[in-house]
Amino acid sequence: MKLLVCISKTPDTTTKIAFTSDNSALDTAGVQYIMNPYDEWYALVRALELKEANGGTVTILNVGPAANDQVIRKGLAIGADDAARIDSEPKSSLYVAKQIAAFAKDGGYDIIFCGKETIDYNGSEIPGMVAEFLDMPFISYASKLDVAGNRATVARDIEGGKEIIELDTPFVVSAAKGMAEQRIPNMRGIMMAKRKPLKVVAPVDTLEGAVAVAYDLPPAKSAVKLVDPENMDELVRLLHEEAKAI
Amino acid sequence: MSVLVYVDSPEGQIKKSGQEAVTYGRKVADMLGTDCVAVTLGDTNDAGLLGVYGASKVINVGDVSLNSFDSQAATSVIAQVASNVGANVIIMSHNARGKAVVGRLAARMDAGSVAGVNALPTNDGAFRVKKNVFSGKAIATYEIASENKVISVMGNSIPPEELGAAVEVESMSVEVPASKVTVKEVDTVKGTVPLPEAELVVSAGRGMKGPENWGIIEELADELAATTACSRPVADVGWRPHHEHVGQTGVAIRPNLYFAIGISGAIQHLAGVNSSKTIVVINKDPEAPFFKAADYGVVGDLFDVVPRLTESIKKFKAAQ
Ligand SMILES: Cc1cc2nc3c(=O)[nH]c(=O)nc-3n(C[C@H](O)[C@H](O)[C@H](O)COP(=O)(O)OP(=O)(O)OC[C@H]3O[C@@H](n4cnc5c(N)ncnc54)[C@H](O)[C@@H]3O)c2cc1C
Ligand SMILES: Nc1ncnc2c1ncn2[C@@H]1O[C@H](COP(=O)(O)O)[C@@H](O)[C@H]1O
Repeated sequence: MKLLVCISKTPDTTTKIAFTSDNSALDTAGVQYIMNPYDEWYALVRALELKEANGGTVTILNVGPAANDQVIRKGLAIGADDAARIDSEPKSSLYVAKQIAAFAKDGGYDIIFCGKETIDYNGSEIPGMVAEFLDMPFISYASKLDVAGNRATVARDIEGGKEIIELDTPFVVSAAKGMAEQRIPNMRGIMMAKRKPLKVVAPVDTLEGAVAVAYDLPPAKSAVKLVDPENMDELVRLLHEEAKAI
Repeated sequence: MSVLVYVDSPEGQIKKSGQEAVTYGRKVADMLGTDCVAVTLGDTNDAGLLGVYGASKVINVGDVSLNSFDSQAATSVIAQVASNVGANVIIMSHNARGKAVVGRLAARMDAGSVAGVNALPTNDGAFRVKKNVFSGKAIATYEIASENKVISVMGNSIPPEELGAAVEVESMSVEVPASKVTVKEVDTVKGTVPLPEAELVVSAGRGMKGPENWGIIEELADELAATTACSRPVADVGWRPHHEHVGQTGVAIRPNLYFAIGISGAIQHLAGVNSSKTIVVINKDPEAPFFKAADYGVVGDLFDVVPRLTESIKKFKAAQ
């Protein structure tokens, strides 16, 4: 099987977020970056498991600048065979998806894996865009994926439950919790990753899509109102009269 | 030019999120000086009622193959309807189906798109929309410069409003592509409001000590007609089912009222719940980080406080 895993880089949730002085961009000074957890823990690991069971290759793809090589190498250390980086700032979802689709178009991939969303912008747009550009089926928020031959069975998370879906390869899938268990790269993986191929590819020209032009901090939350634990009638009154929540 | 709202209807039912999307669409249409058309796919009950929430026209593409969901077929159909009615702004809910369609449709229509917006756009020279980013630590403003625009709207951010009256549903036949996927089975929890749609959520964490103690949480939730949720470690060890797990790696929610009981308030948990309108924290540790994100706090032992709260709610309801 030929498997492609699209990975992205995001600030760690615990990083303090600040913006440049005109509030037009993230101030990247001191930001801790990680591989997007859905890409790393679920999409990549499930792709590796399928390769281990069925043979084939797992290729990692990222659209981003050279600074992203570090997260790409982590993916190689976890077990991917090779990687490609499309050398461009990820300007918008549409832009990134077009780059991924252009790369994957003639690659003959059986399954293109993405994460369900990135934890910074929570777009959940790119996987569907890639599928549309490639005219492939797309299963979003998949929490289980099994493959037998060219037939796949996928569980897709929906409101309050799941759907079980069958389809043939090739397709695009976005991975949610449940699809696999996180793998920690070991020493040998880290050493081997240094020698695995990481191809740098030039971007294609394309539309820009919607771009973030300004950032604001959320309005400051007023201090918590403490209620006496002996007096839950008072909490109920506040929730009814003040918060109008019940 | 018009605004088209895709309203999803799993098992034929339109949800509150669909009404919200129509109200949002109507307000965008008013802003752009045009009208708001709603479209439903497959058999849909009471689609004409979308007129009440602001649609001047409701279209149904009733092909039975659309009763089960396939993002590829849905996208093709919505794009054809958009072209038939001359719509270049497409709006939908940011829910399971909306998330599967929003990107596809944008790619198909060469549209700039923003998924998960939580406020109405502004349009003074530039069309701009806002959404929460970085786990709710910031609000980003996006500009969509392209002629076609695709937007998905976060649940519980724009309440449905009665802006019109029910209309006749018009059927439209378009070419429905043969689906390449087969939906074999749909398993959903019956009887409770699914978490992403719930307005009241009672959530509990490791402070509960064990799954056998959840009775007091369920009683409180029952009394409020609320949906139950939990922190990640609780789902990881199997005290509660996975679909209850909220937070960065679980479900992201924004209910009107969120009770966090015996949950410390780690940033990864807050990431999925801090857009809730009102947050109540019950924790015995006054230093628990959750209190900083809370509107109301109770410092006390949950095993005493929760049953007392349930009693107070019973009393309140009896007095209403
Ligand atoms: C990458 C990553 C992603 C993550 N994603 C998520 C996520 O999506 N959702 C999530 O929830 N977590 C997530 N986590 C885990 C998160 O960091 C915390 O570990 C977790 O939220 C803690 O759960 P908790 O609050 O239930 O437990 P604890 O942190 O153990 O807190 C228990 C709380 O209960 C209180 N307590 C104990 N006994 C009582 C009592 N008798 N009465 C009242 N209060 C009591 C304690 O004071 C304490 O504050 C993630 C972590 C990582 C690293
Ligand atoms: N710059 C990127 N390069 C490669 N893949 C990406 C990039 N950004 C996002 N993706 C993929 O698309 C998924 C969803 O991203 P998003 O639509 O931005 O929420 C991620 O989980 C990745 O799998």
